Amino acid sequence: MSTTVAENEKTAVEPTKLDEVVIRFAGDSGDGMQLTGNQFSTTSALMGNDLSTLPDFPAEIRAPQGTLPGVSAFQVRIADYDIHTPGDAPDVLVAMNPAALKKELEDLKPNGVIIVNLDEFNQRNLTKAGYAANPLEDHSLDKYRVFRAQIGTMNRRALEGSGLDNKSQERCKNFFALGMVYWLFSRPLEPTIEYLKKTFAKKPELADANIKVLKAGWNFCDITGLFQVRYEVDPAPLPAGTYRNIHGNSALAIGLVAAAQQSGRPLFLGAYPITPASDVLHQLSTYKSFGVTTFQAEDEIAAMCATIGAAFGGALAVTTTSGPGIALKSEAMNLAIQVELPVIICDVQRGGPSTGLPTKTEQSDLLQVMFGRNGDSPLAVIAAASPKDCFDVAIEACRIALKFMVPVVLLSDGYIANGSEPWKLPEVVDLPDLTPHFRTDPEGFQPYSRDPATLARPWAIPGTPGLEHRIGGLEKEDVTGNVSYDPMNHEKMVHLRAEKVARIADDIPDLEVVGDATGELLVLGWGSTAGAITGAVNVAQREGLPVSRAHLRYLNPFPKNLGEVLRRFDRVLLPEMNLGQLALLIRGRYLKDVITFSKVQGRPFTRTEIYNKIREILEPVSHVN
Amino acid sequence: MSTEAQATRPALTKKDFQTDQEVRWCPGCGDYAILAAVQQVFPELGIPKEQFVVVSGIGCSSRFPYYMDTFGFHSIHGRAPAVATGLKMARPELEVWIATGDGDAMSIGGNHLIHTLRRNVGVKILMFNNRIYGLTKGQYSPTSELGKKTKSTPSGSVDYPFNPLGLAIGAGATFIARSVDIFGAHLKETLRRAAKHKGTAYIEIYQNCNIFNDHAFTYMTEKDVRDDSTLYLEHGKPMVFGKNKDKGIRMRGTEMEVIELGSNGLSEADCLVWDETLENPATAFMVSQLVPPHFPTPIGVFRSVETPAYETRVADQIHQEVAKKGPGDLDKLIHSGDIWTVHADHTIS
Repeated sequence: MSTTVAENEKTAVEPTKLDEVVIRFAGDSGDGMQLTGNQFSTTSALMGNDLSTLPDFPAEIRAPQGTLPGVSAFQVRIADYDIHTPGDAPDVLVAMNPAALKKELEDLKPNGVIIVNLDEFNQRNLTKAGYAANPLEDHSLDKYRVFRAQIGTMNRRALEGSGLDNKSQERCKNFFALGMVYWLFSRPLEPTIEYLKKTFAKKPELADANIKVLKAGWNFCDITGLFQVRYEVDPAPLPAGTYRNIHGNSALAIGLVAAAQQSGRPLFLGAYPITPASDVLHQLSTYKSFGVTTFQAEDEIAAMCATIGAAFGGALAVTTTSGPGIALKSEAMNLAIQVELPVIICDVQRGGPSTGLPTKTEQSDLLQVMFGRNGDSPLAVIAAASPKDCFDVAIEACRIALKFMVPVVLLSDGYIANGSEPWKLPEVVDLPDLTPHFRTDPEGFQPYSRDPATLARPWAIPGTPGLEHRIGGLEKEDVTGNVSYDPMNHEKMVHLRAEKVARIADDIPDLEVVGDATGELLVLGWGSTAGAITGAVNVAQREGLPVSRAHLRYLNPFPKNLGEVLRRFDRVLLPEMNLGQLALLIRGRYLKDVITFSKVQGRPFTRTEIYNKIREILEPVSHVN
Repeated sequence: MSTEAQATRPALTKKDFQTDQEVRWCPGCGDYAILAAVQQVFPELGIPKEQFVVVSGIGCSSRFPYYMDTFGFHSIHGRAPAVATGLKMARPELEVWIATGDGDAMSIGGNHLIHTLRRNVGVKILMFNNRIYGLTKGQYSPTSELGKKTKSTPSGSVDYPFNPLGLAIGAGATFIARSVDIFGAHLKETLRRAAKHKGTAYIEIYQNCNIFNDHAFTYMTEKDVRDDSTLYLEHGKPMVFGKNKDKGIRMRGTEMEVIELGSNGLSEADCLVWDETLENPATAFMVSQLVPPHFPTPIGVFRSVETPAYETRVADQIHQEVAKKGPGDLDKLIHSGDIWTVHADHTIS
């Protein structure tokens, strides 16, 4: 049923309370949908909602206007309770053009709300989107609630006399749509107005124009009563504390700075631009006042090698990349293993193989980072579970690298890198002390002597008198570090390098099981599947299904109790955004079969998908959903 | 270390830079002479031993760090400039030298070489050019001459070689020089000059591989032909060469040419006066293109231009930011952006 704009009287609508809502903003990649979505998220965060976001944009910067490949979308879920995912299906779809409607409609819930920019539904754009008939006229949208607004026209009208050229005016129209959605969900305009004033501090005419349009969108709904309904989502009862809405890449950057401060070592980042990791480079390059040195290298290999050079010099040395970059870095990563220097390699995974899906998410680099090097060459691997978790995992990766003198791979992915959620801000005093020990005493110094507990070799940085020594990629003689081709020495060193990584297991917490400690089904996850698994298992547990969950942060080495946890359950379900990479490791290590649940669509699991899988396993006959 | 403590340390000698490792280059290899020259020059520089770091890639020349009793890093093939860049950025006060070869630097590591040169990172690059792959036992290299027959080019190489100095000039290198393994005094003087340079100092060292490419440079190193086939570049002096100083280089139109001094009324005054400090690298490039048989081989400093080193610019930006904003406050950073507080009674502010 469509609603037309007829009334001209201001209507006072009593808001209906919702416990949660999922909104998807979709438009051309030049329409500013990411900004619009982020603004809605920030405002909702400031109102105290729990939230989770899922940006979804094309790899092309500006695909041809009005086409399906050019559609950029941003999904946000806000709730008055503790949530873990950006929502399975949107309740509301804002479609700025026919292509956006066509591409995003299939996910919308039945009876969902569609807000369309009527101005764009002309023959030319309909053809570009592949519509034979105008969906606004052929009843194909009858199962939804469609609201039409001439967003472009009203935007231009609002900006008459603003002095802005047409192109600049056109760029404001997303704020008209935002104003409408703000009205529909009873959100205040102030946070966005403040944002615009700050962003356009040097171009007040642009700030004024966008604010004007934002208000015009809000007023349009207020005056016309377009929606006839209005909603409210109350604050979520989050634990007391100070919060901010945080993206994964941002949390990662701040976490690295925190680790540098806590270790007393200057942070060095060697990186080559690559989607979806580049934002970490961008953000760290603004933290120079923290003594952060960023180096945009000539390629991925140079980024890795410079990072190793900086580690040799005593810096907290980090590189950031994605899957294709890891492939290029692998020889140098192996050098870091051989010379036993602490480096942190952040891999923000994306769809592969090859160039793959640069802007889409996947968890398919696990085996690459575990084994993608010549020789027996173990390194530590840990993974972030959510945007805010990137902060904690960054600190943990640095802690392990510095304590054990090993390279550590930190796995994130496009979903948590670009997604956001409220982050309860930590107190600096609660952060761990990561101060490393530099060898300074020349008496009895041997470059490859080892700490008896951790097997770490001494960090003896250039500039320290009496500690002159040579390191390199050739096999080292135990203790002296001299080049050695001795067969028994090589075998010993291969074992030592493996043992050193294995011993990290003594220094990490046991795997925690949420739910019954033993039973029929364990849902095991790693990385960004945490949210969907938590949401699904919570629902299943509330329904009394015999299911527990556990989430692996540490992938190499595994927590010491993992084998025992696995044995306590009849079956183990392992959802992964790959064809079963962790499953392969688990089977190989523990001889325990697991049920792989794969999804490789460049999109994260939904809660429903995992919930249905749980039902399917536990009730194979009665399963109908 | 305090100046006083430094003053009380005994003066360094060549021996201080020798390691206990057995040198494993082939007997007669040009690398021995280069190692000896470096070990003689380092103690003269007035730099504490622990400040030196020698970084290398892969190849015969890249075994260099094992024989230098300094901090050393034998990295992976072609990547020494990248490793050294990270080290120099993290620790600008260190004295970082790179030992590399024509295969390591110009083939697999070509990208890192040109980017290190353009950035002007304060490292010294000793590029041992023997025009062959030695450690892999005799394949042609990017500096091997056209038509060269090697294990991998039995019919002769069809690759045009790089001119290593022309390449460096094109990449914007600020200090470029050439010397020869067996020209001991000249090599040491070139190393001293490189040591003083603030940005990247790039030295091509002709180095004889007596196993796989013997006599590659005898056309200019043999005593009887040396003076007539070598042009010593000396800043501020006319470009004169020959056993009897009877030949010179002059500009004719847009070309350089060899002239006979004392005939046709030509004298030193007609020769080009060498200027290594020219901002415009065009002349240095022309000199880099002087090759036998029609020209002598120039050695010495081709270019020496002072611009701030990369690591200095990087550090300056950090210092400026700290001066402007004050040292970073982690608590403030964590609490930046739009924040809100949830109180114990679930109210929000």
